[in-house]
Amino acid sequence: MVTDTTTNTGGAVAPDGAPASARDPVISVSGLTKKYGEVEAVRGIDFEVTRGETFGFLGPNGAGKTTTIEILCTLKVATSGTAMVAGFDARTQRDSVRRNIGLVFQDTTLDTYLTAEQNLRFHAELYGVPKAAVGPRMRQVLDMVGLWDRKDSLVGTYSGGMQRRLEIARGLLHAPHVLFLDEPTVGLDPQTRSSIWAYINDLKRREEITMFLTTHYMDEAEHCDRIAIIDHGQIVAIDTPEALKASVGKDRVQIQTANDTSAIEALRDAFGIEAGMHEGAVTFSVASGEQFVPRLFAELPVPIRSVSVSRPSLDDVFMSYTGTTIRDAEASGTDAMRRAAQRFRAGRGRR
Amino acid sequence: MTMATQVTDVTSAADAAPLVDAIRVSVPERGLRHDLRAVGIVWRRELIRFRTDRLRAITSLIQPVLFLFVLGTGLGSLAGHSLPPGVSFKTFIYPGVLAMSVLFTAIFSAASIVWDREFGFLREILVAPVSRASIVVGKCLGGATIATFQGVIFLILAGFARVPYNPLLILTLIGELLLLAFTLTAFGVMMAARIKQFQAFMAVTQMLVMPLFFLSGALYPLSGLPAWLSVLTRIDPLTYVVGPMRHAVFSHLSIPALFSAHLSPAITWDGWAVPLGLSIGLVAIMGLAMMGIAIAEFSKTE
Repeated sequence: MVTDTTTNTGGAVAPDGAPASARDPVISVSGLTKKYGEVEAVRGIDFEVTRGETFGFLGPNGAGKTTTIEILCTLKVATSGTAMVAGFDARTQRDSVRRNIGLVFQDTTLDTYLTAEQNLRFHAELYGVPKAAVGPRMRQVLDMVGLWDRKDSLVGTYSGGMQRRLEIARGLLHAPHVLFLDEPTVGLDPQTRSSIWAYINDLKRREEITMFLTTHYMDEAEHCDRIAIIDHGQIVAIDTPEALKASVGKDRVQIQTANDTSAIEALRDAFGIEAGMHEGAVTFSVASGEQFVPRLFAELPVPIRSVSVSRPSLDDVFMSYTGTTIRDAEASGTDAMRRAAQRFRAGRGRR
Repeated sequence: MTMATQVTDVTSAADAAPLVDAIRVSVPERGLRHDLRAVGIVWRRELIRFRTDRLRAITSLIQPVLFLFVLGTGLGSLAGHSLPPGVSFKTFIYPGVLAMSVLFTAIFSAASIVWDREFGFLREILVAPVSRASIVVGKCLGGATIATFQGVIFLILAGFARVPYNPLLILTLIGELLLLAFTLTAFGVMMAARIKQFQAFMAVTQMLVMPLFFLSGALYPLSGLPAWLSVLTRIDPLTYVVGPMRHAVFSHLSIPALFSAHLSPAITWDGWAVPLGLSIGLVAIMGLAMMGIAIAEFSKTE
């Protein structure tokens, strides 16, 4: 056991010998594809994540997010392309990748018949955390998620939010370089969701860690430094949330009318605006919404029941790149690829 | 293997002044010591789960107790005439029922793998940077340990079957139980590698457990059986543990050799008496082989 306070080898060279500098990508993916039989779940994606970044994958269910994360975490093997994580190849250097990453899965992977402490100890032993470091590190991660005083309770008695927090703590226990969070707040109530985010943001401050997460909640994607929008297995846009929103540059207007079909026609004929039906309302984008609304009331031949104008959000970004809102994308049950991919996953069971 | 705990560099520590310094932990390269720790923790988890689940320990005792006292007493009135004085039918079936007491616990301890798979915990185990072999070995040893515990509890009742509490006998029986429990757990783990649904696993193992028990000669002597039954008993792996266990018990009873030879005959293959060592060795080899298959199965999956 060496406790070293003066020289920090971790800064110049990572403990595993991989060269490390702030600019180096911690994750770099190129030409990645994954086929399930005939179905292409991931269709050739490229991206890089730099050290210390929080990188989000945003897309509807079945867009290829989980498949990508599973390839990066060495749980699935890509059909083609390469994925480097923390300096190691996810295909050929699985153990090295696994040593350097932490995982928080979509579904709970805790032993509910053990206490929180026993779950963490189990993890520490499996990951070979040096014995003397286990105690202090466990205290640290449990403090971080506010569960230290509940460490002796059976995990089965925890609420959903507490279990998720414990999983985050466990994912951090072996001090990974990258923490993967697959839908970290799915299935939690809004209040718990925001508390999970408070913990994640706190974590960014405390540990020099790169985070890769997937989400299908637009508001959550805003917590990321950069976002990749993924749809049908392809990345359609990749940038900071601000830049993505700025790229849309238009306000979104949604109107309820007496006759939606003729309203859409009238918008096209009178204003040259392409509108569509989204979330049960006639939806379109214009440069400055507030100023447009009076004209709309004056000139649209169809009676308007209600109107709403919103600033560009990631929803609009998603819509401008994919032509659909994320909710509509999830609701459309006709998407054969999506369903087939899900069926394939379900059929293979959880591995 | 190098292990290092590093404190983060000074600047980041200053930034996070009110917070605790992140304890830098570097996970070592995979090595024997790491694998042994993995074996240890998987084993320990089995013990923790067993300790907290007292109900399971009690319910798994009910069946052997029923066999020994109810069946043993009931059938004893019929079979009593062919037994020498000082030996009851309960004494005769005790070694077989003792084997039964570990049978269920051992096989069903492997069911927790299927359970873990359904509830996601298996994923946490399988993504860890350790060899699958260490996980399977830990699981087999863990199941063997708790099943042997179960057997030891049943050993306490030996006096009721007029089996003497001789230290050497007890140690021999515990050793044989451990071997049996290991082999049965390895069998269960091997099955659990392939069978993914909990119900299916329980159905298949239940279906196998009773024939294993009935064909092992636990309830009747292996001599003078019709040919078909004789063959079936020789195929049953359990036979090769029940035989030596009964031999151990009978060699500690003071009864005429003639009776011993009749009630606890050597296992024969076409007239050739299988030595006790070979019998035990066979069970050990079977256990190791099944564990090997389980390791190969778990290593195959992503």
